[in-house]
Amino acid sequence: MRRAGGCRVTEPALNVAIAAKSYAAPGKSQRLVLRDLRFTVQPGERVAVVGPSGCGKTTLMRLIAGLDRTFEGRVTRPGAGGRLAMVFQEPALLPWRTVEDNIALVHPALDAGALGRLYDALGLAGHRRQFPGQLSLGLARRVALMRAFAVNPGLLLLDEPFVSLDEAMATRLRAELAGILAAGGVTTLLVTHDLDEAVELCSRVLLLSGQPATLAEDVALQHGAMSRAGLREDLIRRIARLGHAT
Amino acid sequence: MLRLGSLAALVAIWAIGAHFAGPQMLPSPLVVGRLMLHDTLTGELPRQMLITLFRVAVAFSIAMVLGSALGIAMGRHAAFDRVADPWVVVLLNLPALVIIVLAYIWAGLTETAAISAVALNKLPNAAVTLREGARALDRSLDDMAAVFDLSPWERQRHVVLPQLAPYFAAATRSGLSLVWKIVLVVELLGRPNGIGFELGTAFQLFDVARILAYGLAFVAVMLVIESFIVRPFEAHAARWRVPRD
Repeated sequence: MRRAGGCRVTEPALNVAIAAKSYAAPGKSQRLVLRDLRFTVQPGERVAVVGPSGCGKTTLMRLIAGLDRTFEGRVTRPGAGGRLAMVFQEPALLPWRTVEDNIALVHPALDAGALGRLYDALGLAGHRRQFPGQLSLGLARRVALMRAFAVNPGLLLLDEPFVSLDEAMATRLRAELAGILAAGGVTTLLVTHDLDEAVELCSRVLLLSGQPATLAEDVALQHGAMSRAGLREDLIRRIARLGHAT
Repeated sequence: MLRLGSLAALVAIWAIGAHFAGPQMLPSPLVVGRLMLHDTLTGELPRQMLITLFRVAVAFSIAMVLGSALGIAMGRHAAFDRVADPWVVVLLNLPALVIIVLAYIWAGLTETAAISAVALNKLPNAAVTLREGARALDRSLDDMAAVFDLSPWERQRHVVLPQLAPYFAAATRSGLSLVWKIVLVVELLGRPNGIGFELGTAFQLFDVARILAYGLAFVAVMLVIESFIVRPFEAHAARWRVPRD
């Protein structure tokens, strides 16, 4: 937080200004993937990045996470106020460590009581001593979520966290996650091609379009004014205008 | 049980063969057993065994440490792999005897030459095995370690090394069997003691009973190492590979 002319100005939790990101697949020439992509995420805000498959959403996430620094531009987290956490498309758990050892490895910021409540909230209390190989994919994803929340993140990145889960499991997990996110006020950036996911979890949607992908529309979701189905329909209309399907 | 039966059958065939070949060509298991017991009680066999085992341990450790470091670096960095690969290929295909003889010519009939020659023979083997391990490392776990800001030590200790454990075990298993065989050749050619030296002396005296007694004693020791060190290590490294509920 800083003051400008007597007013309290909140620094954004995330400031993305990517001029260009190129990528060369093995044996192929350089391809511009992202171009002139600029947006900010305010503390406590939950933002979804939606775009067609292969448009560069995961690339964008890797740039924000600092996993790839080969791009023109800047990504900063001036007002994030805490550690970065990420839930990957794969659970990325260490198979030789138990669930609680996987959590312990990332040095949780929460105390034992808060961790215990998180275990309960995510339905993992009975699985603490199990190895990831003993868990279903749904449970493994819960562990990945648990690990992210355990560090009490200043910014949470979710890269299609429910991909390859069956519909029933994805719906249930999404509802649980929505509850935890709403209660915790965690600044969140979600990458997805699933509009239901974006509408249920977020209050703002960034639509990516084109090749190279750029920010086509920044949509504030009017949760109070419209039903989820209405918000979804509105997003579909906007996407159709942009000329692509998710 | 089947293994024990198979081993008993081998001893029986040996006894029958000894009966027909005569004691000079092939002494019976009983004669060889007696000699083994005698030399054990006098302390000669254990003494020679310890000398050889010391050489095996030192050469094996050097080869594993350097070979693993080389292999991991090659597996992680493609450019370094392209530079180092021809060297590894040369070493892999250079006959063990050539390395041993050259080491003795260049460094004299010394302990250093002997151990270096053995280590150099095993090193490319470990490097190639660990290179495959490093190439197979899961990148998503690397990403996880980076995002959650694990220290370099934590990444190596908890993320990288456990993934390499099966490759270490494979390199250890193949390495031990390779190293002890080469150590015997090294001792035969240029050392004044050790099991290899004893075998060389027995060869000159056409003492087949001694050759078998020392050879088999060494096999027994290596089996003990395999059973009580290598296999438990493998089991420990793979303890998380549990069946699903």
